Amino acid sequence: MKLLEMNHIQKSFGELDVLKNISLSVEESEVVAIIGPSGSGKSTLLRCATFLETIDSGSIAYDGRVAAQNDETERAKYVSAGELKRFRSCFGLVFQNFNLFPHYTVLKNVTDAPISVQKRSRVEAEAEARALLAKMGLSDKADCYPYQLSGGQQQRVSIVRALAMNPQILFFDEPTSALDPELTQEVLKVIRGLAEEHMTMVIVTHEMAFANAVADRVIFMDGGVVVEEGPPSEVFGNPQCERTKRFLEQYQN
Amino acid sequence: MPFDVILRQLTVGFGKTLLIFGLTLAFSLPLGLVVCLGRMSKWAPFRALAGDGSKPCSGLVRALATFRPIQLIFKFFISILRGTPLMLQLLVVCYGPYYLFHAKLSATWTFTALIIGFVINYAAYFAEIYRGGIESMPVGQYEAAEVLGYTKVQTFFKIILPQVIKRVLPSVTNEVITLVKDTSLAFVLAYAEMFTLAKQIAAAKTTFAPLFVAGVFYFVFNAVVAYVMEFFEKKMSYYR
Ligand SMILES: Nc1ncnc2c1ncn2[C@@H]1O[C@H](COP(=O)(O)OP(=O)(O)OP(=O)(O)O)[C@@H](O)[C@H]1O
Ligand SMILES: [Mg+2]
Repeated sequence: MKLLEMNHIQKSFGELDVLKNISLSVEESEVVAIIGPSGSGKSTLLRCATFLETIDSGSIAYDGRVAAQNDETERAKYVSAGELKRFRSCFGLVFQNFNLFPHYTVLKNVTDAPISVQKRSRVEAEAEARALLAKMGLSDKADCYPYQLSGGQQQRVSIVRALAMNPQILFFDEPTSALDPELTQEVLKVIRGLAEEHMTMVIVTHEMAFANAVADRVIFMDGGVVVEEGPPSEVFGNPQCERTKRFLEQYQN
Repeated sequence: MPFDVILRQLTVGFGKTLLIFGLTLAFSLPLGLVVCLGRMSKWAPFRALAGDGSKPCSGLVRALATFRPIQLIFKFFISILRGTPLMLQLLVVCYGPYYLFHAKLSATWTFTALIIGFVINYAAYFAEIYRGGIESMPVGQYEAAEVLGYTKVQTFFKIILPQVIKRVLPSVTNEVITLVKDTSLAFVLAYAEMFTLAKQIAAAKTTFAPLFVAGVFYFVFNAVVAYVMEFFEKKMSYYR
């Protein structure tokens, strides 16, 4: 069964059509990398998948359960707000600029949502949080505030924060774009580790070597459509479309 | 008039000054948040008129669709409260009922009117300070909370408000210091707080001493206020 199924998604901001009939489906424990030039709609696609934006038309389903689908006028209708809330526990999102809560310690950043949203016990949530932090090499940072951490550490904490909700699928929107090259590597290592544990992930990235290494499938987007998709060996090794070739050439040096 | 008598009388007046100050803050700080939420209300009863944006609509329809009555009312009252002298507002609150309904003016009413006037005026200022703080919050904080499944109320009280308090504290300090001095405006209602007393003694005994002493009182009071607010700011500085 497909974990995520987005079909014929259309999304425009006023006059600007950003997503033009895009479909994205993700199998369990699949790692999908989305690449493409700036403004091609990659972030918008993730924001639609995570309900931060509402789609104009198309359908979204998680694990076979429909969150939005077209009505008879071909406009997307979402399920009720209460039901939508339940869908939120299916996924996590890691932002480009972390968006940690600066007034909470690392531990509280990670445990607050499990405790106050999922109503889990503090003891259980903290034990799980500490285990996850240890796994990411952040054990000694539990009581720090985000400003006391490097960018790479902050991003790892935000990954832990997402993981602590036990999502079935994790979305990353350019998780390393705000980081220096050295820090980029430590975050990529963490994501690679998750891939090895068969975490289902959709990763928007400009790190082509990384996408090549971890992705099961690469999607090249441009101008709000999927131009080309396939296994990394195909898309990177033998791109079929002219646009894909031209885009990848920029990364050749 | 011996100095210690002046001092004793002004100390009694200072107690009343403190009372105005304390009551005004106690009511206007929370009321400011309510006013702020009203000012930021996006409720638009005719929103549906504009449709879903798929069809073009006329200017009048669009104006009606974006008509936000609650926001407009609060905006109007805030602009009046900030645009007219506090002294005038105090007079209106105190004597308005008398001119409008021929209500009787009692001594307790003078004090109540004084507090109402101060509270409303300061709530308007605090509301705008809070709004500035709320609007300066990065949208990413809301989005992170939304994806994690926090409700709107949880997001506001757990994530946004604590950060807003830190952001607005310096501006709130400014207002509080202004309030210390503004309490002297109570003299227009002849309420016997420190400044009113000082003026009366000064006029009766033709001496400047009580006014000077009152000045010292205000100054010392404000030094204490500044110290206390600095303490709060330090307390909030555990994160950046
Ligand atoms: N809230 C918005 N309102 C209006 N236009 C928007 C909004 N969000 C995105 N856009 C526009 O939609 C288009 C796609 O934006 P998007 O952020 O999805 O691109 P992207 O592929 O993520 O680019 P990048 O690689 O630079 O992050 C851009 O032209 C952008 O200006
Ligand atoms: Mg983007």
